[in-house]
Amino acid sequence: MPSPLVPDKIEDELEMTMVCHRPEGLEQLEAQTNFTKRELQVLYRGFKNECPSGVVNEETFKQIYAQFFPHGDASMYAHYLFHAFDTTQTGSVKFEEMMDIVKAIYDMMGKYTYPVLKEDTPRQHVDVFFQKMDKNKDGIVTLDEFLESCQEDDNIMRSLQLFQNVM
Amino acid sequence: MAAGVATWLPFARAAAVGWLPLAQQPLPPAPGVKASRGDEVLVVNVSGRRFETWKNTLDRYPDTLLGSSEKEFFYDADSGEYFFDRDPDMFRHVLNFYRTGRLHCPRQECIQAFDEELAFYGLVPELVGDCCLEEYRDRKKENAERLAEDEEAEQAGDGPSLPAGSSLRQRLWRAFENPHTSTAALVFYYVTGFFIAVSVIANVVETIPCRGPARRPPREQPCGERFPLAFFCMDTACVLIFTGEYLLRLFAAPSRCRFLRSVMSLIDVVAILPYYIGLLVPKNEDVSGAFVTLRVFRVFRIFKFSRHSQGLRILGYTLKSCASELGFLLFSLTMAIIIFATVMFYAEKGTNKTNFTSIPAAFWYTIVTMTTLGYGDMVPSTIAGKIFGSICSLSGVLVIALPVPVIVSNFSRIYHQNQRADKRRAQQKVRLARIRLAKSGTTNAFLQYKQNGGLEDSSSGEEQALCVRNRSAFEQQHHHLLHCLEKTTCHEFTDELTFSEALGAVSLGGRTSRSTSVSSQPVGPGSLLSSCCPRRAKRRAIRLANSTASVSRGSMQELDTLAGLRRSPAPQSRSSLNAKPHDSLDLNCDSRDFVAAIISIPTPPANTPDESQTSSPGGGGSGASSTLRNSSLGTPCLLPETVKISSL
Repeated sequence: MPSPLVPDKIEDELEMTMVCHRPEGLEQLEAQTNFTKRELQVLYRGFKNECPSGVVNEETFKQIYAQFFPHGDASMYAHYLFHAFDTTQTGSVKFEEMMDIVKAIYDMMGKYTYPVLKEDTPRQHVDVFFQKMDKNKDGIVTLDEFLESCQEDDNIMRSLQLFQNVM
Repeated sequence: MAAGVATWLPFARAAAVGWLPLAQQPLPPAPGVKASRGDEVLVVNVSGRRFETWKNTLDRYPDTLLGSSEKEFFYDADSGEYFFDRDPDMFRHVLNFYRTGRLHCPRQECIQAFDEELAFYGLVPELVGDCCLEEYRDRKKENAERLAEDEEAEQAGDGPSLPAGSSLRQRLWRAFENPHTSTAALVFYYVTGFFIAVSVIANVVETIPCRGPARRPPREQPCGERFPLAFFCMDTACVLIFTGEYLLRLFAAPSRCRFLRSVMSLIDVVAILPYYIGLLVPKNEDVSGAFVTLRVFRVFRIFKFSRHSQGLRILGYTLKSCASELGFLLFSLTMAIIIFATVMFYAEKGTNKTNFTSIPAAFWYTIVTMTTLGYGDMVPSTIAGKIFGSICSLSGVLVIALPVPVIVSNFSRIYHQNQRADKRRAQQKVRLARIRLAKSGTTNAFLQYKQNGGLEDSSSGEEQALCVRNRSAFEQQHHHLLHCLEKTTCHEFTDELTFSEALGAVSLGGRTSRSTSVSSQPVGPGSLLSSCCPRRAKRRAIRLANSTASVSRGSMQELDTLAGLRRSPAPQSRSSLNAKPHDSLDLNCDSRDFVAAIISIPTPPANTPDESQTSSPGGGGSGASSTLRNSSLGTPCLLPETVKISSL
């Protein structure tokens, strides 16, 4: 996603209203991303309408996700997503971090699901995930392990093409 | 959905890539996108004035006229524009709502006309932005009151009609509460008023000394002791009337407990009780002394006038709401009194035969001086005392004069504010509830979409329900996103009824496992079908159809239904139609490996109700289920008010 959609480290709302962020040029974005010019235009117009100052903060993020997934609680997932764009990554994922993220995903489903969500469903899910992804069984999935496992998995590779165009 | 949401959908869908590694099932294919997904400019012609806007702008609010497919009814193919024969000035505000997300109220237009425009364009009046909301409400209320007055004036001659067959109780209660309804009620109202006045006057008069005739020595007696019988008769008559009235009210009250606890009934009781106590108490010297004190309570009969006077009621309420201000005044006065009393006492201590015998005794002096009464029964004699006395009187003026205007202005401010705050709070809840209800249609559209078989393979597109096909692009993509989440977590969205049913089924114990996935979403050739979460929820769809249809039938009212789910209509319909005893599928997601369970797909995925009958496993009740599916398909999908399943 183009970078102007996410602020760097702005939490203060007052600051946000005074800051006005402008994105890089249209040609540059087009070269960097896979979007066509028209798509970028549509995306930016919509974004600019929502956030006239050019930056979006985490609270807005959470509200938006709450509307996409009204049945459940999307706040934790939005939090993780928001900070996924943080550039200071450690480069690997531990079991507990994965647990938190998966739990956040399950929270978005809400209470009324079929079958009934049990307490340990997220944990089981993460167990399966780690079995698949963690090659050397050290409890940490590094980027290389992740890429390797994904490329081996036909399902994932096939599903990737689903997101070719999100417009 | 709110304005911003449509804009962020591409982002959310892109971010859903993150679910891919987690998903243990293949994710569903993306909805077919139209060839040119570029944004286009729509022309909306409102009575000759052309408004142009992006299609995306209008798509932001899919539950309104312009945002949904309803606007296609107004499309003029020759000119390529949408023509509305409405007021162009008002349309400006409507269009601005789409652009900015805030609905503003035009100040120079009639509120009624504005309301009508909102209703036409499918906008709920509660969407009026906060900046204009108060004015909108005030004007609307003013309008409504004016119209109501006119109506009342019309009907004054006839008199409002009672619902036929109302019982004596209800008629009595109405007569008590609104004396103007009938002549008898009015007569009763005036009679009780008269007797209250008589009783109060009698209480007052019986203490006046009247000169006894020819009595040696002429002794002054209060009238009450001179004419004891007369006063006693009058008192008895009044108390009889009051007792009768109280008992009648008690009989007629719709909720006796509430009536007993109300202030007015307490006043009534306090007014008549001393008389009865006086009757029961023997004419004993010791006790009658205490009893005489009780007669003081007869003065409370004057409060019975508050039923007759609106002003008294308002005053009482205002005093109650200003209690904190009055408390502050009292507290500051008390502080000043104590300080000055102490000072005066010590200043006057040395004097002989001084009135200031103790500090509490000096309280009286301080109060009289500070309120500038100055009776003169206690005066300081020392110079120091006089100096402090004058300081006391000067400060008294200040201490009392300062809070009083504050209190008075607080009176009116707090009074009006209280009224407005309570009203606003109640209205806010109602507002939010109605907005939520209007929007719940879209959030539950996914459930309905599933139930209508929308998740089946769209290859046989003609068979799909029209409502499934007519979803907007936004809805398609949003449903796809929700579907992806379902696949990732291997659980499905469902409504409260099925959830509680499943919960109950779980507690009942083991269920038979039926892996009955008749069709699924093939992602590509040779796809791995998992036995987990078999999608063939024909029976579940039927159950959903049961619940939605039965719920939507009975869901034309909005507000009270949001408080809780009305379970009464659902169970009996479900039990009668769901003849299958064991229609729950065992979804033990522990065995969630990529089991290449080859489920039989002999027939192409069935989409029509008729075909679904034959291919759905288990026969019983399918005939009824098909009729129900038809009826549920007949339910329009995009009605915001009908679907009341609150899975929120």
